[in-house]
Amino acid sequence: MSGNPKTLSQKVWDAHVVHEEPGAPSLLYIDLHLVHEVTSPQAFQGLRDRGLKVRRPDLTIATTDHSIPTTDRSLPIVDPIAAKQVAQLEQNCRDFGIPCYGMHSEHQGIVHVIGPELGLTQPGMTVVCGDSHTATHGAVGALAFGIGTSEVENVLASQCLLQRPSKTFRVQVNGSLRTGVTAKDIILALIAQIGIGGGTGCVLEYSGPAIRALDMEGRMTVCNMSIEAGARAGMIAPDDTTFQYLHGRHFVPKGADWDAAVARWRKLPTDDSAKFDREVVINGDVLEPMITWGTNPGMGISINKPIPQPSSADDPLERESLAKALAYMGLEPGKPLAGHAVNVVFIGSCTNSRLSDLRSAAAILKGRKVNPNVRVMVVPGSMEVKRQAEAEGLPEIFRAAGCDWREPGCSMCIAMNGDQLQPGQYSVSTSNRNFEGRQGKGGRTFLASPLTAAASAITGVVTDVRTLL
Amino acid sequence: MKPFTAFESRLVPLPSNNIDTDQIIPARFLKTTSKEGLDKQLFCDWRYDAQGNPKPDFILNTPRGQNARILLAGDNFGCGSSREHAPWALTQFGFRAVISTSFADIFKGNSLKNSLLPIVVSHEIHTKLFALPEDAKVKVDLATQTLTLPDGERVEFPVDQFMKTCLLEGIDELGWILKQAPAIAAFEKARVGAINTGL
Repeated sequence: MSGNPKTLSQKVWDAHVVHEEPGAPSLLYIDLHLVHEVTSPQAFQGLRDRGLKVRRPDLTIATTDHSIPTTDRSLPIVDPIAAKQVAQLEQNCRDFGIPCYGMHSEHQGIVHVIGPELGLTQPGMTVVCGDSHTATHGAVGALAFGIGTSEVENVLASQCLLQRPSKTFRVQVNGSLRTGVTAKDIILALIAQIGIGGGTGCVLEYSGPAIRALDMEGRMTVCNMSIEAGARAGMIAPDDTTFQYLHGRHFVPKGADWDAAVARWRKLPTDDSAKFDREVVINGDVLEPMITWGTNPGMGISINKPIPQPSSADDPLERESLAKALAYMGLEPGKPLAGHAVNVVFIGSCTNSRLSDLRSAAAILKGRKVNPNVRVMVVPGSMEVKRQAEAEGLPEIFRAAGCDWREPGCSMCIAMNGDQLQPGQYSVSTSNRNFEGRQGKGGRTFLASPLTAAASAITGVVTDVRTLL
Repeated sequence: MKPFTAFESRLVPLPSNNIDTDQIIPARFLKTTSKEGLDKQLFCDWRYDAQGNPKPDFILNTPRGQNARILLAGDNFGCGSSREHAPWALTQFGFRAVISTSFADIFKGNSLKNSLLPIVVSHEIHTKLFALPEDAKVKVDLATQTLTLPDGERVEFPVDQFMKTCLLEGIDELGWILKQAPAIAAFEKARVGAINTGL
């Protein structure tokens, strides 16, 4: 390798700089632009107002995920505002020539599930979407980050963004995870450690034996929640696990092109002597199932540890924030969360709705019954995940246990589509955000892994899955 | 975009850390296809009760929350989603600047594109601002990158120099990018391994 040693993210960045001039940010080329119904309509309107076209519809793809119902797809959308938004996306895609996997497409799904699934997201790419969980695609070694609607418009019009480089931040996860501990627990533990703003201004690179041992879907779960630590993106260097996952997927190169691509991708991992701006080390050997008790994803604890006391914080505003979170959640500090009653369990979202997530939940639920006080929704991440789950008989396991098996979408992660908590209800959710009202006004969310969610569904209380194994 | 001019305003304090975009504007309002009419939804679940009546103790419902241009918030303001509806709602309500000790990256970028100035100050100044009397006014001058406090203290704040020029001169970022079309075309010509979403 010639020149200065570089990190993975620096290599991808450097390969995409189109133009640089003094006093201006870099003009960065975008290889893939993922579009959905919520953050794009105003951007398309902006193009119309300026009389602009989409520069590269062939590097752009759209799907509907946030606003659509997860009930019977043969029925029209009941909510007229959501129906209009979905129709607007489809119209915009027709008008501007963008391929769209709409509500009735066999490829429809959560945008961050279908990207890797179809092989759209590949190592070394720059990937953007008007959605903060775009970091998910970093699991394949792409530099992937969320953007606002003005930037959606910029990318539609120019295929470029004005960006300043982020700081580099290595998260080394050593050791190996114990039974009952998953990728979700790694990322919840990281966010609890560095805080919800701990990664601001940074691209995280996850490395170490515990990361290498994860399958691709687990890596996606880790990268997905990088934004919950405030990071711009999260990445994992591509390796044989990555290449095996990608090989044969629809949009991935074939034949000699595949070999050439793999040869390029093998040069992406961080150079041995490259320096990171920041580093943390996590001992994977001692991680336990994690769960959040509060109103941001940094308020997480090992499932059997007590909820922290606000007085443990040094800063007065932080003490006030902890007390406010406890009041909203209706919880007492000093007690463990395990054993707390649960009303709803949600298994889904761009964090944990892939086949391996559904398999792990089904393994716990198989031959058991959901507690009668709990409503359980299982929402596959895409039509493809749904088909694969059906081929394995997973819906029968979920239904026999008393779960509701639904159509793909963001669903109760963001509660835009009618799938929501009632005020005061508690959920154990495999999603990514526990902000006040995130899953429905007044709803209260405990974030956890699919294993913890399934275990809590059976007992009706927050449960350490290891007691059921 | 209108040029960003200096102004003076009272402060609207929201003394919470990590105010996320779901609080600034809840997700259920993102089904709109327009940028307009979001001011009523700003901080909706803190501002209105279950019946939709204003909560009298929430600051935006008090005289102090009216006709002020500066929001003073706790650490890590704007964390969470990429929704640009957050700065749209804040500016439509009348805010032109938010002061905090830090901002989430995407929110900061979105704000600068909508003439909402995110101003980062030290913990010391932050504490001092929260302690100011209700009617105290602070002057924001982007050209000199300074806040002027009622006692005359001038506090410098950082801002990206490119975004500063864009804001002061009302320059549109996309217009600047589109002028680079020849460089973009040359870059595209040399690309290998591009996907084709149409296949």
